[in-house]
Amino acid sequence: MKEWIFTTDHKRVGILYLIGSMAAFAVAGIMALLIRAEQFNPGLGVASEPTQYNTWLYFHGAAMILGFLIPGLTGWAANYLIPLMIGAKDVAFPRLNALSVWLFWMGIVVALLTFVIPDPPDIMWTGYPPYSVKTAGNTAFYVFTVHLIGFSSILGAVNFITTIIYMRAPGMGWKQLNVFVWSLLTGLIIQLIFVPVLAAAVTLLLFDKYLGTHFFDASAGGDTLLYQNLFWFYSHPAVYVIFLPAMGLLFEIVSTMSKNRPFNYNALVAGMIGIVFISGEVWVHHLFTSGMPDWIRVAQMVTTLMISVPVGIMVMSLWGTIYKGSITYNTAMYYGASCFLLLLLGGLTGIPLAMAPLDLHIHGTSFVHAHFHFIMGIFAAFTVFGSVYFYFPKMTGKMCNETLGKLSFWLNFIGVNVTFWPLFYIGIAFGMPRRYYDYSRIPEATPYHHIATYGAIMVGLGITLMLVNWVYSAIKGPKAPENPWRSASLEWTHAVSPPPHGNFASPPTVSSDWTPYNYK
Amino acid sequence: MNIGPALRILGAVVLTAVPAFASGGGAEIADPAAGWDELWKHFLIDVTLIGGVFGAVALYWLFKYRADNINQVGTGPTITRAQMFGWALIPAFIFMADDFYLAANGWTLWNTYRTVPKDALEVKVTGSMWQWNFEYANGVNSDVLKVQAGRPVVLRMTSDDVAHAFFLPKYRVTEDLMPGRITYLWFYPKEAGKTYVTCVQFCGASHADMSADVEALPAEQFNNWLASAGAKPAPDASGGQPAPAASGEQPGGASGKAL
Ligand code: HEM
Ligand SMILES: [Cu+2]
Ligand SMILES: [Cu+2]
Repeated sequence: MKEWIFTTDHKRVGILYLIGSMAAFAVAGIMALLIRAEQFNPGLGVASEPTQYNTWLYFHGAAMILGFLIPGLTGWAANYLIPLMIGAKDVAFPRLNALSVWLFWMGIVVALLTFVIPDPPDIMWTGYPPYSVKTAGNTAFYVFTVHLIGFSSILGAVNFITTIIYMRAPGMGWKQLNVFVWSLLTGLIIQLIFVPVLAAAVTLLLFDKYLGTHFFDASAGGDTLLYQNLFWFYSHPAVYVIFLPAMGLLFEIVSTMSKNRPFNYNALVAGMIGIVFISGEVWVHHLFTSGMPDWIRVAQMVTTLMISVPVGIMVMSLWGTIYKGSITYNTAMYYGASCFLLLLLGGLTGIPLAMAPLDLHIHGTSFVHAHFHFIMGIFAAFTVFGSVYFYFPKMTGKMCNETLGKLSFWLNFIGVNVTFWPLFYIGIAFGMPRRYYDYSRIPEATPYHHIATYGAIMVGLGITLMLVNWVYSAIKGPKAPENPWRSASLEWTHAVSPPPHGNFASPPTVSSDWTPYNYK
Repeated sequence: MNIGPALRILGAVVLTAVPAFASGGGAEIADPAAGWDELWKHFLIDVTLIGGVFGAVALYWLFKYRADNINQVGTGPTITRAQMFGWALIPAFIFMADDFYLAANGWTLWNTYRTVPKDALEVKVTGSMWQWNFEYANGVNSDVLKVQAGRPVVLRMTSDDVAHAFFLPKYRVTEDLMPGRITYLWFYPKEAGKTYVTCVQFCGASHADMSADVEALPAEQFNNWLASAGAKPAPDASGGQPAPAASGEQPGGASGKAL
């Protein structure tokens, strides 16, 4: 116990991140089931009053993004994999690393206090004023959660950017990095630039609510739109902090399981760098209906559509990676393969949201829910789940149960489609609004909500089996061979499973023709 | 409101209702909602094509390139420098072309959405937790938005407390309301009929119940309503004169006058 609490070993820090983010996912997942139960029928159902529903939804959104996806990708995956992939003993600042994981855990604890404090936050994960200032709910807990997790991720970003730049194994050039290393580097650069903006925005919210300032109070010369701009100035880039590492993990799985190099590596890297540059010029697509000046709405419709260029190049590389591959299917690759389709579904349904005039009808509807769940809630989450299966032998030295893994994959994959396709449809056809516990005005949406709820139950079952499988296999699983997926990457070829403190028996060096994708 | 009937209604409106109102040759008002349905179709075709091609290729390759035996490795070609640029730049240009196609169409429709036709009925909307108030130029206040069929409506909107959003699913339009700012949207109720507005900016406990009826009435009925409703809260001085918004006292003239 003590050696875990005081650990500075990047792998243990990584596993602490994984446990924390899966805990956040589990609780937020239970909230999702409650949300779906409430929306099963119009009118008040399982919630005792509307504010309780709003609190569930607040926790669900905030915890899924701030507590699960970002820490899962830039905490667990980064910590566990980066030093191993680049052949380093540890990260550049191991103590800072320990501090960031504990800040993250404190953030999770503060978020969980939602369920015990009187008047918990009911402000959705976006926390827009004036409501977040006027509400009786404790907005401060939202602000502190963002502060703690934000600070944690700034430290993490500094740490990993330094690690990647300075601690690569002798001989390892920029074109020999794992795709995941590049994706994390670019994602963290975005994180480092934009998180302070979010921290500032929520701090001003705190001042407005508790210290009587008027930054967002129009009646005293402030501006409510200022918050929305600051919030999305961070939170749009944040989707790339999720998307880029998720793509990176996907490439690791898909390349290894196809025994094929990532197609057009240079263009792929250029695409990721392109996203860094474009990420800060598109936030107004979240404000298409917010009364922003028309010129900027049109301008950012164009910039938003242009995201399809770097993303499209990454997609070409992903597709090219399976071309003439030699694919074997384990549970990880089931998730990897499904991500091809999820990426298309989530990505292409973003196009009408990028088109300002089309957005005017769907901006506030469940179409948006379905869209971002497919790209973040499902695509990105599936890359995390797939990667846990993929690196399970590395982390535990044991094999995960494949039968149970595949069974729970199918429950999850079918379940998410059953859940979110109806939400697409009722968003367009009936204008089913977001964040509604009651939809008495739209009774024709009821059967679709029924289907969506059944789908969510399926996913709940799938996730439960998945977690049971992980815990059971970590304890009881059969011993794993050294390199079960026949990867060519350093973490598999040069380190035992699980790697000891310090990772490598002797520090690896690589030759100029080495790449992590030279399969033999 | 199912999209099928909505489409049919809109189609019927274009074919039949237009000549009925066209006495002055002035039925040229572009309807944003019809434009939305049209652009949505373009979008669906566009993504079904892209998604279909990429999805089919992915499924085919994922199936076709399964390993025959566990020791096999992939034989994906290594590419030359020229191919590297080709495989990046050619798709980039294709994606960009599609972006510009979508953006150009989007921009056109955007202008329709944001250019209020002349002679639109102007109504002041105030949102507050959790109700809508509609105020007409003659001082009438109402909690139902009554408008005149066949005449565009422009809403000037603000909020008394927190942010709300005015969403009219039937007319395919949304715009937020905030304290301290005035925003606007317009829509074109071509035919008489009933629908509703509902709030889509989270505003607290009763956000889900912040809805109001929207009724498009034939001109005469609308004007009678406006006049008689006005009698209750005192039709003050501003009642008749201000030209832009005060709707017709002359019931007959209004319907023929569509500009
Ligand atoms: C299968 C599991 C999930 C289900 C069934 C589910 C369900 C839902 C539903 C129904 C809503 C909208 C509720 C409403 O409009 O009233 C919602 C909102 C949301 N979900 Fe999920 N969700 C799931 C997983 C995830 C994941 C993995 C993420 C991670 C990013 C996520 C992020 C969000 C966010 C950010 C919101 C918006 C909250 C807000 O409106 O403030 N969800 N979810
Ligand atoms: Cu965005
Ligand atoms: Cu509302």
